[in-house]
Amino acid sequence: MSESAGVQAVHGAHAHHEELGFLRTYVFSTDHKMIGRQFLFLGLFMLVIGGLLAMMMRWQLGWPETPVPGMRWVPEPYMFEGIIPPQTYNSLFTMHATIMIFFAVMPIMIGCFGNFLIPLMIGARDMAFPVLNMLSFWSGAVGGVVMLSGFFVPGGHAASGWTAYAPLSASAIYTGVDWGQNLWNISLIIIGASSLMGSINYITTIINMRAPGMTWFRLPLVIWSLFITAILLLLALPVLTAALAMLLTDRMLGTHFFLPAGGGEPLLWQHLFWYFGHPEVYVLVLPAMGVTSDVLSTFSRKPIFGYRAMAMSMIGIAFLSWIVWGHHMFLSGMNPALGTAFMMSTMVIAVPSAIKTFNWLGTLWGGSIRLTTPMLNALAFVAIFVIGGLSGVFMASTPVDIFIHDTYFIVAHFHYVVAGIVFGLFAAVYYWFPKMFGRMMNETLGKIHFVLTFVFFNLTFFPMHFLGAGGHMRRIWNPMQYEFLQHFQPMNQFISVSAFILGVSQILFLVNFFWSLFAGKKAEVNPWHANTLEWAAPSPPPHGNWGEQLPIVHHGPYEYSVPGVEEDYLPQTRPHALPVTAGH
Amino acid sequence: MWDMLSWLPENVSTYGGEIDSLFYIIYYITGVAFLLVAGAMIAFVIMYRHREGRRATYLHGNTILEITWTVVTALIFIVLAFMSQPLWGRIKQEVPPTDLQVRVTGKQFNWEIVYPGPDGKFDTADDLQIDNELHVPVNRPVQVFLASKDVIHSFFLPQLRLKQDAVPGRVIQAWFQATKTGRYEIPCAELCGFGHSGMLGYLTVYSPEEYSKWVKEKWPSR
Repeated sequence: MSESAGVQAVHGAHAHHEELGFLRTYVFSTDHKMIGRQFLFLGLFMLVIGGLLAMMMRWQLGWPETPVPGMRWVPEPYMFEGIIPPQTYNSLFTMHATIMIFFAVMPIMIGCFGNFLIPLMIGARDMAFPVLNMLSFWSGAVGGVVMLSGFFVPGGHAASGWTAYAPLSASAIYTGVDWGQNLWNISLIIIGASSLMGSINYITTIINMRAPGMTWFRLPLVIWSLFITAILLLLALPVLTAALAMLLTDRMLGTHFFLPAGGGEPLLWQHLFWYFGHPEVYVLVLPAMGVTSDVLSTFSRKPIFGYRAMAMSMIGIAFLSWIVWGHHMFLSGMNPALGTAFMMSTMVIAVPSAIKTFNWLGTLWGGSIRLTTPMLNALAFVAIFVIGGLSGVFMASTPVDIFIHDTYFIVAHFHYVVAGIVFGLFAAVYYWFPKMFGRMMNETLGKIHFVLTFVFFNLTFFPMHFLGAGGHMRRIWNPMQYEFLQHFQPMNQFISVSAFILGVSQILFLVNFFWSLFAGKKAEVNPWHANTLEWAAPSPPPHGNWGEQLPIVHHGPYEYSVPGVEEDYLPQTRPHALPVTAGH
Repeated sequence: MWDMLSWLPENVSTYGGEIDSLFYIIYYITGVAFLLVAGAMIAFVIMYRHREGRRATYLHGNTILEITWTVVTALIFIVLAFMSQPLWGRIKQEVPPTDLQVRVTGKQFNWEIVYPGPDGKFDTADDLQIDNELHVPVNRPVQVFLASKDVIHSFFLPQLRLKQDAVPGRVIQAWFQATKTGRYEIPCAELCGFGHSGMLGYLTVYSPEEYSKWVKEKWPSR
């Protein structure tokens, strides 16, 4: 540790002399904080696009085959005088999921907060490999451009679902989509490389560049979550990349990995995809769990309940996430005996998630709770995650899954889990915005945004459980084609209206974000009176983060309300003897 | 409207009731768990709201409490898994003995339904193919051989609580036993292309007399 700290000190001193031009500072920056901000802007831009695609789907489901307002300009055959045809609808849900997962949640939760927080919270001057870090962002941006270009090629964008089940995805004859699907593949292969560069960087940085005194069990849980996420990414994404390459050669070079006509196996795609896909779910949700832990502790003014259990349950989730992929395939035609094994492992993975929930409750218990905007969002994340976790029990039970598989019950479930991440995302943005941009976001606007988002999130996604219980299939363009679903039309309209209000409410967030960027109140160094290291650096931190001297860590990150300390917080940099308490 | 269970479609199959029971049990268990967690959360946020002059409790955890809730949660999930397994086995791993067999083949965007005819054998002269029309008698097990000619489809009988993917290159067995006569929809539940929405067949469940009449009509030589 001392050796790498010495190297960092030299690097920091060096940085003071270097005046970087506009391009090196804002565009091709190797500073982890600038790269973090770049990921944030990329992610927010894509979040808006992904959201707009969802709004179009909701229009079609609420008012099937009527013109979408303001969309008459889209040429045929993609839309007909504003009416969404089935093929376009399939592209909409395919791209909504793809963009939200790979280009909104991952860039923001992992790209932005991973980059911004890891060096600051472990007390390093930058990432281990700053140039690789820059390449990671720029390859991600190229991946984004390739993905968006798919909207403009003949045949339209990929339309085989974000899961791209073969053979539907493996040959243009089945969907009529040619380059759309190819570009989808190529973009995700690029994103795989981007993500690999990022994860190697995160892992190396956290292992090697922790400040003096920053032992493993003094790391904030958000850093634990990002560390575990990076390991999952490192191991999971190459599996997807390999599968995507096979799919692309099936499409373009005449191989038959997944095409049964040439001896290929469609289920191989599903196995490879979900072998990546289930760890991916935890890649998305773990950072939000980490953020929530930090925010709950800070605004309860109380140590996190069961710190080690929190870290260990994340490790447990990470291990178990490799042996649950088959629960996506109970009805795929794989041997039903395998379904039994995967049901067991799936029931087991619910346990560490439950532990985390109980520990969050334990953190609130006996606290001194301030309902700031980040806190409200963190509490909402817990509530939403609980619903998503519990609704997952239904489909973990194999017989119940027979009925609800591929219905809106699943859509409801995974939106509660992965769309619920937006509450972790908002908590993180509201919480770290002062450190990131040196200004505070507006609290009143933030609270109004929170209430609207929370209410209309639930009004949008909760009724989808009812649709699913009624057998309403997902990925259907027009539910009115089915007699047994026609009674759901009013509910579909209710969901659509809620979704529109949910979407419009996000304008408040964007207004608050951009207004505060330029005109927000100047942030203090430590506006929330938090303990972790980033709050010891200036707001925003300069290049090199720490001036001449690296911070020295004296204790864990959650020492709030320590008896014998006047304030109700004790920064990790401030030496103080800690009392021995029960439990730990 | 807010009662989840009221939305389940009418069940008309032998094992559907058991699936619904399991659905109910999980609904009640998870419902109680949610109320407890949400209730505790709201209570704590109110009880322990910030007030001047009061400090938060300095507490890092409680080992006994943590072990207790881990074990209790694990037990509930293990019990649920053991409750689920026998039913899964009966639906997906065993087919009751029956002489009623049909071959259902998905193709963009129809269900090809082939009846073996009076000889009970497929691929013989008396086979009958009717697209999107599955006719069966009530109260008798029907064995289905599922296949696909192009992409993956999913054979879904909402009122019979049956769903099974049809995969090209494989023949997958499924079965059901209807308990009520009537006409039910057979949607495709797996995205299969631009015509996926609206890919729809019909299951007609006859009384024994009506079924004999239908058989006579289709195979008059017998």
